[in-house]
Amino acid sequence: MSAPHTFMPTTETVFQRTGENTMIVNMGPQHPSTHGVLRLICELEGEVIVQCKCVIGYLHTGMEKEAEYQQYHKCTVMTDRMDYLNANGTNLAHALAVEKLLGCEVPKRGQYLRVILAELSRIASHCVWLGTHALDLGAMTPFFYIFTQREHILDMFEMFAGVRMMPSWIVPGGLRGDMPDGFDIKLNAFLKDFVGELEVVENLLVENPIWKERTIDVGVLSGKEALELGCSGPIARASGVAWDLRKSNPYSSYEDFDFLVPVGRTGDVYDRFLVRIAEMKESCKILRQALDGLPEGDWNTSDRKIAPPPRAELDSSMESLIHHFKLYTEGYRPPVGEAYAGVEGSKGELGFYVISDGTNRPYRWHCRPSSFMNLKTLEVLGVGRLIADLIAIIGSVDIVLGEIDR
Amino acid sequence: MPNPMLGEERLEVVKVRVALGEDLIKVKTFRDDLFLCVARERVVDALRVLKEDPDLGYDYFCECLGADYSAWTHERDLPGRFEVIYNLMSTRWFSRVFVKVGVDDGQTVPTAKGLFLGAEYPEREINDLYGVVFEGNEQTQRFLLPDDWVGYPLRKEYPLGGEDVLFDRGEHGPAIEDVSMPHAGESFDGKTGSQGVSGR
Repeated sequence: MSAPHTFMPTTETVFQRTGENTMIVNMGPQHPSTHGVLRLICELEGEVIVQCKCVIGYLHTGMEKEAEYQQYHKCTVMTDRMDYLNANGTNLAHALAVEKLLGCEVPKRGQYLRVILAELSRIASHCVWLGTHALDLGAMTPFFYIFTQREHILDMFEMFAGVRMMPSWIVPGGLRGDMPDGFDIKLNAFLKDFVGELEVVENLLVENPIWKERTIDVGVLSGKEALELGCSGPIARASGVAWDLRKSNPYSSYEDFDFLVPVGRTGDVYDRFLVRIAEMKESCKILRQALDGLPEGDWNTSDRKIAPPPRAELDSSMESLIHHFKLYTEGYRPPVGEAYAGVEGSKGELGFYVISDGTNRPYRWHCRPSSFMNLKTLEVLGVGRLIADLIAIIGSVDIVLGEIDR
Repeated sequence: MPNPMLGEERLEVVKVRVALGEDLIKVKTFRDDLFLCVARERVVDALRVLKEDPDLGYDYFCECLGADYSAWTHERDLPGRFEVIYNLMSTRWFSRVFVKVGVDDGQTVPTAKGLFLGAEYPEREINDLYGVVFEGNEQTQRFLLPDDWVGYPLRKEYPLGGEDVLFDRGEHGPAIEDVSMPHAGESFDGKTGSQGVSGR
């Protein structure tokens, strides 16, 4: 037998033990309630957590390095695979960052279609959160009910892109294509039923004594702490920070829509639950307005150096053929500079920081992952709580390891 | 909401200049984003001014990231091989400011962990992928990479291909002889490379 492997962080080296009679418990990376390959190492005094550390990197694939060798539009497919539950939101953040670098504007119809896709993604992502969070705390029914709704959304993505989870449909310069026929009927049908179906699930939990026992006053985070930790999105809002990037720094025509930003009072697990539920209902409002007010016209930028010409033009126009060929072989060259664009993703602020050196590939391509920044809260909130509460907190922070490790 | 201004200048620039003086090396605006390039030793002071000044209110720590400028051919904002870029947002003005510092191999950047607890993770990530050391947030272990990984993958000289990904005991990392070879995809000029590619 050879010497034991040393490359895995051992429980003893991750932190200094603080007590004499404490027990160190390892959770994950293959644990159902850590939502992926997250590993937590906890020091316990009885059942109470003394300290807790996250060990990550099990899903690290070096996407930021890979992107430096790819053309800008080819980086899009990597963005879906980061936050795979909110793929359209990540696509949108990347597209906005590259467009900011290029200085390019997308027509209104394109912006509205982006909003539709991003909001559907947000609902789908929250559906997964609601199902798994409830499952972690012992409620099995919501998982099955809410995943039925998520299936409807994935079916709609399939109508758009032919792919259910990784559409890569939002690209710099616009979208890969217009809204498919019959999509509006499907979306209308979905919007008609969804809020009712959501309320069925909500009513299973919201006044449920077991649910309230497990979530109220658990994992309380103050607004100031949340901001210092870099928490954004529903977590910050549940802690009373009335800030939503869609309202404060509107992008992609969000200023056209009338919606509310739900804000919590105490910042506990229960508030995060309520905020996300309310957010899904607000997303439905946005979807309704975007679908009803969808403008006619082009959905791609008219700059043929950035967006491809319509397929029909390729048969008749030599210029279009050249543009098409050059776009997909060489790509475009943004001016030298750096740009950051952030969007309100389902888990918080989701942004891309892109540095261009004037060539057709990013010099540096960085994702600001919302879950990665939110993850640190686990180490803060877990301390002094029972280990069972840690499960509730992980669920309420809503992490995606694909985005954390990249 | 408009950005905070003082006359013609952004208020952030004035406040940071008062606090840092000569250590505010350069102020840059690109696509309406404000970049403050400050001296490495004073970065925490700059962040503190931005965070704690009631007129600015940059209390949201968005992130920080690293960048390796060793293959950069254009004008630089700062000396030093690497840059660390802090991204802050004001919950009062909802405006953004980017604070940049330059750092060379063998130099350290003071950690912002004491000011913003959320800086711990991104700093560890930069340390892991670039080898930039943050004073006060030193690492004994790898963060995103396996513990026996050799080298810093986001450095420009580090090859894309050629890693041995068997996770058995031993020294892993890229094949050293492939260091200067481009990736088997396309070259940086947008032409398809055909020879001298890295990878096994």
